Amino acid sequence: MSSTRRWQHWLLSDSPASPFQAAAGRTYLGLAEFLKNRLAVFGLLIIAALILIAFFAPYIAPCDPLVTNLVNRLQPLSAAHYFGTDEVGRDIFSRIVWGSRLTLYVIGLVAIIAAPVGIIIGTVSGYFGGLIDTILMRITDIFLAFPKLILALAFVAALGPGIENAVIAIAITSWPPYARIARGETITIRNGDFIKAIRLQGAGPIRIITGHIMPLCISSLIVRITLDMAGIILTAAGLGFLGLGAQPPSPEWGAMTSTGRAYIIDHWWLITMPGTAIFVVSLAFNLLGDGLREVLDPKSDN
Amino acid sequence: MNDSGHLLDVKDLTVSFPSPRGEVCAVKNVSFSLGHEKIGIVGESGSGKSVTGRAILRLLPPYAHIHATAITFQEKDLLSFSEQEMRRIRGRQISMVMQDPKYSLNPVRTVGEQIREAYTIHRKVPRRQARQQTLEMLTAVRIRNPEQVYRLYPHEVSGGMGQRIMIAMMLIPEPSLLIADEPTSALDVTVQLQVLAILDDLVTQRGMGLIFISHDLELVASFCDRIIIMYGGRIMEVVDAANLHQSTHPYTRGLLNCLPRIDGDKGKLSTLQRDASWLDADFSATAGGK
Amino acid sequence: MLQLFTIRRVKKATHQTVRLLIMVAITFFGLLFITFLIGRVVPIDPVLAVVGDKASPEVYQQARLAMGLDLPVWRQFFIYMGSVLHGDLGTSVLTAKPVLQDILRVFPATLELAVIATCIGIFVGIPLGVFSAVKRGSFLDHITRVIGLLGYSLPIFWLGLLALIVFYAKLDLLPGPGRIDVFYEDIVDPVTGIMLIDCIIAREWDIFWNALAHIIMPATLLGYYSMAYLSRMTRSFMIEQLRQEYILTARVKGVAEWRVIWGHALGNCAIPLITVVALSFGTLLEGSVLTETVFAWPGLGLYLTKSLLNADMNSVLGSTIVVGTIFLGVNLFSDFLYKVLDPRAR
Repeated sequence: MSSTRRWQHWLLSDSPASPFQAAAGRTYLGLAEFLKNRLAVFGLLIIAALILIAFFAPYIAPCDPLVTNLVNRLQPLSAAHYFGTDEVGRDIFSRIVWGSRLTLYVIGLVAIIAAPVGIIIGTVSGYFGGLIDTILMRITDIFLAFPKLILALAFVAALGPGIENAVIAIAITSWPPYARIARGETITIRNGDFIKAIRLQGAGPIRIITGHIMPLCISSLIVRITLDMAGIILTAAGLGFLGLGAQPPSPEWGAMTSTGRAYIIDHWWLITMPGTAIFVVSLAFNLLGDGLREVLDPKSDN
Repeated sequence: MNDSGHLLDVKDLTVSFPSPRGEVCAVKNVSFSLGHEKIGIVGESGSGKSVTGRAILRLLPPYAHIHATAITFQEKDLLSFSEQEMRRIRGRQISMVMQDPKYSLNPVRTVGEQIREAYTIHRKVPRRQARQQTLEMLTAVRIRNPEQVYRLYPHEVSGGMGQRIMIAMMLIPEPSLLIADEPTSALDVTVQLQVLAILDDLVTQRGMGLIFISHDLELVASFCDRIIIMYGGRIMEVVDAANLHQSTHPYTRGLLNCLPRIDGDKGKLSTLQRDASWLDADFSATAGGK
Repeated sequence: MLQLFTIRRVKKATHQTVRLLIMVAITFFGLLFITFLIGRVVPIDPVLAVVGDKASPEVYQQARLAMGLDLPVWRQFFIYMGSVLHGDLGTSVLTAKPVLQDILRVFPATLELAVIATCIGIFVGIPLGVFSAVKRGSFLDHITRVIGLLGYSLPIFWLGLLALIVFYAKLDLLPGPGRIDVFYEDIVDPVTGIMLIDCIIAREWDIFWNALAHIIMPATLLGYYSMAYLSRMTRSFMIEQLRQEYILTARVKGVAEWRVIWGHALGNCAIPLITVVALSFGTLLEGSVLTETVFAWPGLGLYLTKSLLNADMNSVLGSTIVVGTIFLGVNLFSDFLYKVLDPRAR
């Protein structure tokens, strides 16, 4: 038996000898299934590329994204300007490369704000039940009852335009589904014997929630957040397009599309390039999210 | 017993399903024939008994591979039938009652509508007449207030009543063969016997053939004329119900020994011993007729 | 026994209706509270917005008192709630008209778009989802998957702009932005506010065809998103239903396959699909903000965007309340339909 076969045999054993072997086997099967889903891998690769591009933006971008050059304005695609230049002669390729940082900034911050809020409200609500649950879930329902973009628009109106405010507005409207998911998971976990055992050992609610319930909610939340990333990117771009998100001259893709509008008849690349960038990245998150869902949540069939 | 002419002949039925580890054979070389009699198919879960029933109706998922030398029903070769011809057989000629009425009835249609549909598919009759027929059929399965039950939805009826409704629905087109796939397993013990009695009466009255699929050997023995015992997709043996306790086949003996008895000795129940060599032996030759 | 069931059904229905209405009232209260809060944190001084920055301190103070800004916050909220419930959403700074009047004027244009888009979603998306659930892994199923993925990934404003480039600028097949050509404007009497219907009432066929040509692009665009969503949901509902045992029962009875699918299985999907259609209608209101901006379509979305860019807070919050209320109403209606159609919920 070759060594790979032996490894495979060990991983797929029907009677694992240790919890570690069982966990390794499960991870292996999940990974194998994920890798079989070529579209999901493709999505993951695009996201990896996005992160690399954002990280190495100064080395990849040939020009400064903010430096204008009126002589060179509205140049079509060429070897000097891969994606052409915009209405004030800035290199569109460089702007898109730098814009990837803004995209990552938005989705990263939204996830960092919305996920913890959702998970805390959801687990607390699910663990304690009763009046706390009723109140928290009612608040969640109020937020869920309204179209996300409209609510985000109203918040941006109050806070003023700008990328930070756009992030806050999107985060405020994004947490309710996470709270719902975390609550659902908590309710199923709450009555488990192992939670009772921990309680008997004298652990308090805070310890039980943070130490034992939250870690078990993570995997379904990751799937949901990944699938939501595409929506967050689209909302942020939409806000940018309406002039309420990132402000010019910052190279945010939605705002770039917006300024390109005035030139669509003769200079198609002004809107095509940033739009394609938004599309490719949100598609990547959708593909990855679908793949993760198939691995982590085999019940759903979508 | 009342074996008057052949109704169904199954020869060398083999059903396999694709799986990541290659084709899995659910039923292998199963042959039997059936007259206007009650025949039981008994086996553990996974023995292929349900698959056999569904293969006769050709209602397995499209990825299942069905092979047989012949499946003949009333001198007609079902294997050569088109899907459309098969539809005229289903319900009208061969019907099937399934395990749990909770799942096998359409939740958003009234009970009456569903029974009536089974009737009107095969007979072009005015609505009023179909309704009348439905009510009569409900009475025939001993439902006392058919007019009211007609208007109920499946979630509003009990399990026992649900199964009687299922039987009514499957018998209303007057088929000549009924396959009952664990028809009482999901029911309360108290209503099991009622439902069985109704099924028995109707089948006997109408002179139909019955294939009764169950895991309960005693139940089948008390109810059927002949018993087919299946294991691992193969027929182990075919015995007359009356001679069941004289059976010498090791698997049948094993099944019998696992049953607790009130009058027997109170020692440990024996566990079922299975022998891989049974899967190689060919019992199908002995399985045809009597 | 039947009488007993009927009484029980009626009792249960009343109980549920009351519960539902309380929920809606709480949610509506929450909506008002949120908009009130947003109104309070705005960095714009509401008094200055009314009196202008050249007003004398006396005038300013008078306006401040008139607006009730010296009262405690909770009293301000109740005053706010009272006036909203009376249909008073304040006055728009931009148009100098009551906000509600503005919204009633622009809303039919949005409704026109959203209704056509929903029809596209229902009549194309649902059959598409059914077919791809029945023939899983087929070519059509892959198409549906691609349609869904694109719908979830393409920025709607960008797709709208691309459509304008191709069908208006390059091919010149369809008219450009706007609801109607400029020289046709203000000819047709706005009876319903819905241009296509108004044209029919006025028997202005030239204008009708012109308006129809204008609505094709934005409506199809929104309809595409609705279709993407509905086809995907229908597909997964249908796959779930086709696995159920009652489907096997129907086949055993000899029911024709098309009736098994479109009657039995889709009949069971219809109930959850109502909720999904209601949700997608809400999403369309959202999508209309961007679509209307791209196509210069004079509806609620464009009104909202314009107000936002001009910091016209009364109009912004008024639009938010109206959209939220419509969304709530649509959800309430779908819950109601659910209760009527699903025998298990009765």
